[in-house]
Amino acid sequence: MGDPLFWHRMQFGFTASFHYLFPQLTMGLALLIAVMKWLGLDPGREHYNEAARFWIRILGINFAVGVVTGIPLEFQFGTNWSRFSAFSGGVIGQTLGMEGMFAFFLESTFLGILIWGEKRFGPRRHFWAAIALFVGSWLSGYFIVATDAFMQHPVGHMTAADGTLQLASFWDFVINPWATIQYLHNMAGAVVTGSFVIAAVGAYWTLRGIHTKQAWLNLKIGVTAGLLSSLVVAFPTGDLQGKLVAKHQPVSLAAMEGRFESGPRAGLNMIGQPNVAEGKLDNPIRLPGVLSFIAYGSFSANVKGLNEFPRDQWPTSIEMLYYGFHIMVGLGTLFIGLMGMSFLLLWKRRIQAQRWMLWILMLAFPFPYIANTMGWMTAEMGRQPWLIFGVMRTSEGSSHLVHSGQTIFTMLGFAGLYFILGVLFLFLIGREIAQGPAGHGEVN
Amino acid sequence: MEMLWFWLVSVMIAIYAMMDGFDFGAGILHLFVAKTNDERRQVLAAIGPWWDGNEVWLLAGGGALFLAFPKVLASGFSGFYLAMFLVLWCLVLRGIGIEFRSHLRDGMWRAFWDAVFAVASILLPILLGAALGNVVRGVPIDATGYFNIPLFTSFGIHNPVGILDWYTVLMGVFVLVTIAGHGATFLGWKTDGRVHARAVNAGLPLWSFVIILWLVMTAATLRVTPALFHGWATSPLAWLATLIYIAGLGAVMFGLFKGRHLLAFIGSGAFILGILAATAASVWPVMLRSTLNPEWSLTAHNASVAASGLRKGFIWWIIGFPIALGYFAMLFRLFRGKAQAAGEGEGY
Repeated sequence: MGDPLFWHRMQFGFTASFHYLFPQLTMGLALLIAVMKWLGLDPGREHYNEAARFWIRILGINFAVGVVTGIPLEFQFGTNWSRFSAFSGGVIGQTLGMEGMFAFFLESTFLGILIWGEKRFGPRRHFWAAIALFVGSWLSGYFIVATDAFMQHPVGHMTAADGTLQLASFWDFVINPWATIQYLHNMAGAVVTGSFVIAAVGAYWTLRGIHTKQAWLNLKIGVTAGLLSSLVVAFPTGDLQGKLVAKHQPVSLAAMEGRFESGPRAGLNMIGQPNVAEGKLDNPIRLPGVLSFIAYGSFSANVKGLNEFPRDQWPTSIEMLYYGFHIMVGLGTLFIGLMGMSFLLLWKRRIQAQRWMLWILMLAFPFPYIANTMGWMTAEMGRQPWLIFGVMRTSEGSSHLVHSGQTIFTMLGFAGLYFILGVLFLFLIGREIAQGPAGHGEVN
Repeated sequence: MEMLWFWLVSVMIAIYAMMDGFDFGAGILHLFVAKTNDERRQVLAAIGPWWDGNEVWLLAGGGALFLAFPKVLASGFSGFYLAMFLVLWCLVLRGIGIEFRSHLRDGMWRAFWDAVFAVASILLPILLGAALGNVVRGVPIDATGYFNIPLFTSFGIHNPVGILDWYTVLMGVFVLVTIAGHGATFLGWKTDGRVHARAVNAGLPLWSFVIILWLVMTAATLRVTPALFHGWATSPLAWLATLIYIAGLGAVMFGLFKGRHLLAFIGSGAFILGILAATAASVWPVMLRSTLNPEWSLTAHNASVAASGLRKGFIWWIIGFPIALGYFAMLFRLFRGKAQAAGEGEGY
């Protein structure tokens, strides 16, 4: 526990996980709000504008927390990971620089217009502000995923005479195949979160029997988008992501699956607990051949086990990595089933009568947050022990002069600050949902 | 190319200081120039469309520093570790204060966030000013290019130094008063009624204090870092920047006396831009000065990335920068005129 590296990782992991609770909803809602505003341009569909107005209020609160929790991540590149920044800034400085210039200015400019400008600027300009916010937030996501992709699968760089990494090919680096696939997978995950939250609010209002028209519209939008995005998360994007890991990080795939021995016809473990000391999976329940199929598209393909790799290349927390991956995949599968059933009931206009289904939809909204968080944990823990896969170890990248007394102090500070932030956020969002689509403008 | 990027980074940080400076300044004065709920909402409405975008200049400037001089970012951020986190926590609380305040129509809720907003707005310029003081004074960078200093030691300017010593605290106070003065000219321009009257009244004493502190700072810097003045004396760019900030100071005073509020605001902006540009020109090419050995200083030459990255970065920078300015020009047009607090539930 006195190991400075542990606290550098702990702090970044905690602040990044907390931060990403907010942008995933922002990016998901930004797309769906743009769709609502587009449909609402037709004067006969004023109720779409009404729905957009409500979600823009939620977005405003959510966005603010996302912005202020995002800044600490940018700072930590320098404060906690200084040797990594000095080593790789010649490459990743490009995407981080572009994010500020092309995404943040766009978002910050149009957010105000979107929140306060509907009356002042009219429906058409308000629609374009929604589009601008959507583009800005999704661009921002791309720059961050591209930066992470370089850490997962470094391309487009060269090593300079002083040992640092420098840019060799801008486009190879920016259009990293890892970036494009992980981006689509990640953004589909963000839309899942957005749809589940919209569906949950629709279900809540329906169960209470209030705001009937808006409740129905939210159910319709949430469930339809939820089904589509849950499908896209799994196929093609999740499938492609899995193949990418199998190809470039076979040791991570083995750890994700708790697979120690190599062999053909590898099974997918549904349940089981990795026992690293004894090198086996306890209580396994397997689908035979499925892992081979997922990784290489053939049921008989050979999938390497951990024993085939030197110990010093094994991910540092195989257990957590294993659970992270399995929770993500398990929840993702359940999402397809849940949204598929809800969609059928919606199609037949019977969902309002099926109160049990509405209860499930209402209570399901935290699970996409969990799945998204577990997905990122899989990606980042799977990258260990490397900070840049195959190039720089995590232990070589931290700020070596910053001691544990400093990192534990700031880590505790963030824990307290973010706890308060989380409570306030839930309080304000709960209030908005309780007040309903009309809001508290002139009522109260 | 290194010189170009040195200036791009400097200009973006100076723009940050000028832009976020006016909303920090509004925050410093918030509790003093606005007493009632309506008056406070007027202050928040004045900075409402801007503050988030202004803060992006910090991220964009930091991004440019990362792109061009990652060793400076790595060394400085990890070296000033605790101060960086104090800055972060203030930025978090300040942003939340501005955004959460309007959501509840409750006196205690709003009084609390007003206080959070004001206190964070006061602490930030002091901290950022102290950071500037550290850059001017120099830090104990070792042969590997890194350092790490505590928040304070004995408040003396000789090693072992802390982030806060008499010189850097003095710089923090200078920046605080300057930013408060900048906020006063902004509110004088953008508000009306009582807020306007109080802001304009605060302008003259604040700016008189700025002039006194500026003279004190110049004398103190002469004692702490005489090399800065050598750099100044040999750089025509520094003379030009000095001319700009003295002209800015003149414009502030003239504007305040004559009631030309926009002129006073432009003047205070020019003062901030000019004084930072003069500092940058005087320290060139040194970005972080080592007090242990001048050869260990991080300069635009030994801390920059390879030319390939600088060239590629410049290509997109030259596209992105005008677009960013375009957004601000658009906001300027959309929100022209005096700021009006909107109806409850529609604005800040």
